[in-house]
Amino acid sequence: MTATRPSAELAIETLGLTKRFGAHAAVDGIDLAVPRGAIFGFLGPNGSGKTTTIRMMLGLASATSGDIRMLGRDMPRDLHQVLPRIGALVEGPAFYPFLSGAANLHRLDTADRFAPASTRRARVNVALERVGLTHAAGKKVRAYSLGMKQRLGIANALLTPRELLVLDEPTNGLDPQGTREVRRLVRSLAEEGTTVFVSSHLLAEVEQMCTHAAVMSAGSLVAQGTLEDLRHVGEARVSVRTPDAVIARGLLANLGLALDFSGPEAQSPDPEADEVVSASLVDRGMAPEAIVAALVTGGVRVRGFTMEDASLEDRFVALTGEGFDIAQ
Amino acid sequence: MMSGEATVPGDAAVPVTAPGEATEAPPRPASGLALMASELTVLYRRRRTWAMLAALAAIPILIAIAVRLRPTAAGSGRGPQFLNQITDNGLFVAVTALLVSIPLFLPLTIGVVAGDTISGEASHGTLKYLLVAPAGRVRLLVVKYVGTAVFCVTATLTVVIAGAIIGAVLFPIGPVTLLSGDTIAVGDSLVRLLLIAGFVTVSLLGLSAIGLFISTLTDVPVGAMAATIVLSIASQVLDTLPQLDWLHPWLFSHYWFGFADLLRQPISWTSFGDNALLQAGYFAVFGALAYGRFITKDVLS
Ligand SMILES: Nc1ncnc2c1ncn2[C@@H]1O[C@H](COP(=O)(O)OP(=O)(O)OP(=O)(O)O)[C@@H](O)[C@H]1O
Ligand SMILES: [Mg+2]
Repeated sequence: MTATRPSAELAIETLGLTKRFGAHAAVDGIDLAVPRGAIFGFLGPNGSGKTTTIRMMLGLASATSGDIRMLGRDMPRDLHQVLPRIGALVEGPAFYPFLSGAANLHRLDTADRFAPASTRRARVNVALERVGLTHAAGKKVRAYSLGMKQRLGIANALLTPRELLVLDEPTNGLDPQGTREVRRLVRSLAEEGTTVFVSSHLLAEVEQMCTHAAVMSAGSLVAQGTLEDLRHVGEARVSVRTPDAVIARGLLANLGLALDFSGPEAQSPDPEADEVVSASLVDRGMAPEAIVAALVTGGVRVRGFTMEDASLEDRFVALTGEGFDIAQ
Repeated sequence: MMSGEATVPGDAAVPVTAPGEATEAPPRPASGLALMASELTVLYRRRRTWAMLAALAAIPILIAIAVRLRPTAAGSGRGPQFLNQITDNGLFVAVTALLVSIPLFLPLTIGVVAGDTISGEASHGTLKYLLVAPAGRVRLLVVKYVGTAVFCVTATLTVVIAGAIIGAVLFPIGPVTLLSGDTIAVGDSLVRLLLIAGFVTVSLLGLSAIGLFISTLTDVPVGAMAATIVLSIASQVLDTLPQLDWLHPWLFSHYWFGFADLLRQPISWTSFGDNALLQAGYFAVFGALAYGRFITKDVLS
């Protein structure tokens, strides 16, 4: 789906990345390619392996097999060179409850040997301001709400200038205001040149904020590409409003469209009443005007015609499966 | 592990701006002492740490008050060594309190601190953020061990200093008669007290390494603390079984009470040296085990 690019242009690249917990493959041979400068949505339902992938990318967990390159360097071999250039939020924020928000950031910043001590206080303050926590900076994290902790986690990822941000469900627990701010923050960071890799199980969020996306399902990567690509792969939906529903169904079926359901063969009581016939277009090569022409030629009184790309949500559900139960 | 050819986004003077594509010549990494300082700050900002130190300080205070209230009972010959000398010389409060603290109270506090080192960070979830920063796994282990060692010093000194102070307040202070029969001046005896504190601190370093190792095994700090404390008691119990006398010199608690040599004139350093060597052995073995475990550990908390 994505054209193969030279690795230098990829912020993240994985090859056959696999993680097994016992016999169960939580991540099963995925090949991610995240271009530099992208806002890359990493979509997948609960338990599909997003966090596990992120842990391997950051050197927290070892891969069972496969290779990872981050910012052009091998992970985990070059971990000490790569990680200072990456800001991360991994499966929820985590802090020392007995320290204040600012003290927590200070503490985590000392762990980065490349973060200059002289600017530490200023950087902590700027990061807190960026996520709107300036007023709660002196409060113990024990007294933070979930959303405040989430913001503090994002602030931690922004402590030094980063080339890549890896954010695992950054809007989890945020109010609508906070969600919008995170989206804006991510966009402004991307404008400054930071690549953002953001996982989510909320499709709408990815649609609103990302340029690229990949979809995980039960440990496998089932789709990857620009958002445009993802919208156009797969089927479109056609609906025709006409009183001649029976003829229209026959014609559409002949054209190779998959009808949503085969309606009653009998004429409806009022032959002049409109019905809506809908079908999905599997073969994307067919132009909408050709379908209309075929219908009209076949004697169908076309009173309305629409053709829409499947929503990304339909694609998401189609790719990851409909059921509510967690896939194993 | 650290190589010099790191590339990080430059221009540290402009805080929190995302870099472009530029990866300039790397700034030199800092020494890493900041993390050590931060570790100690976090340790000593916890109320738990102060509660433990307060409990340790209470031991000599309780002893001193008890002896003060019923001085005759101290001379009965029962109770810990040196107890009967407190009424003559308040400095013995410190020595007696150390003797009382060694079997349980000191290992208890060390077990809490050492057992919490890695597992505590894991249970808070901060371990992943320290490692992603990146703190470096080896550096984090070193920082955690040094932090525990500093706590050992603090804990022992707390008992000794609280003991000396309360002893001076409630009893006369004067020249000390040593086990060898010699008498030394007050200034000299304070030096001896510090030497004993040093001996006890060294005694606890092996246990600290054991606690650090256990702490890398679990994400449940209470479990690591309990296991460390239980081991310290088990070691002392084994040390009392004559059937296992071949094992005794190898038990990390074997020399825990061996500081009597420091109360002779001239000082005999043999037990100090034996103890230090044994503790160094425990440090080496359990340090290596902690390293082996932690360096490959999947951080999933
Ligand atoms: N420590 C672990 N031991 C065993 N299995 C695990 C462990 N961590 C995760 N898994 C399994 O790996 C799979 C993927 O989990 P992961 O946390 O990566 O999912 P996710 O996509 O992040 O889900 P969510 O949207 O709920 O955060 C799940 O089936 C989970 O049961
Ligand atoms: Mg997750």
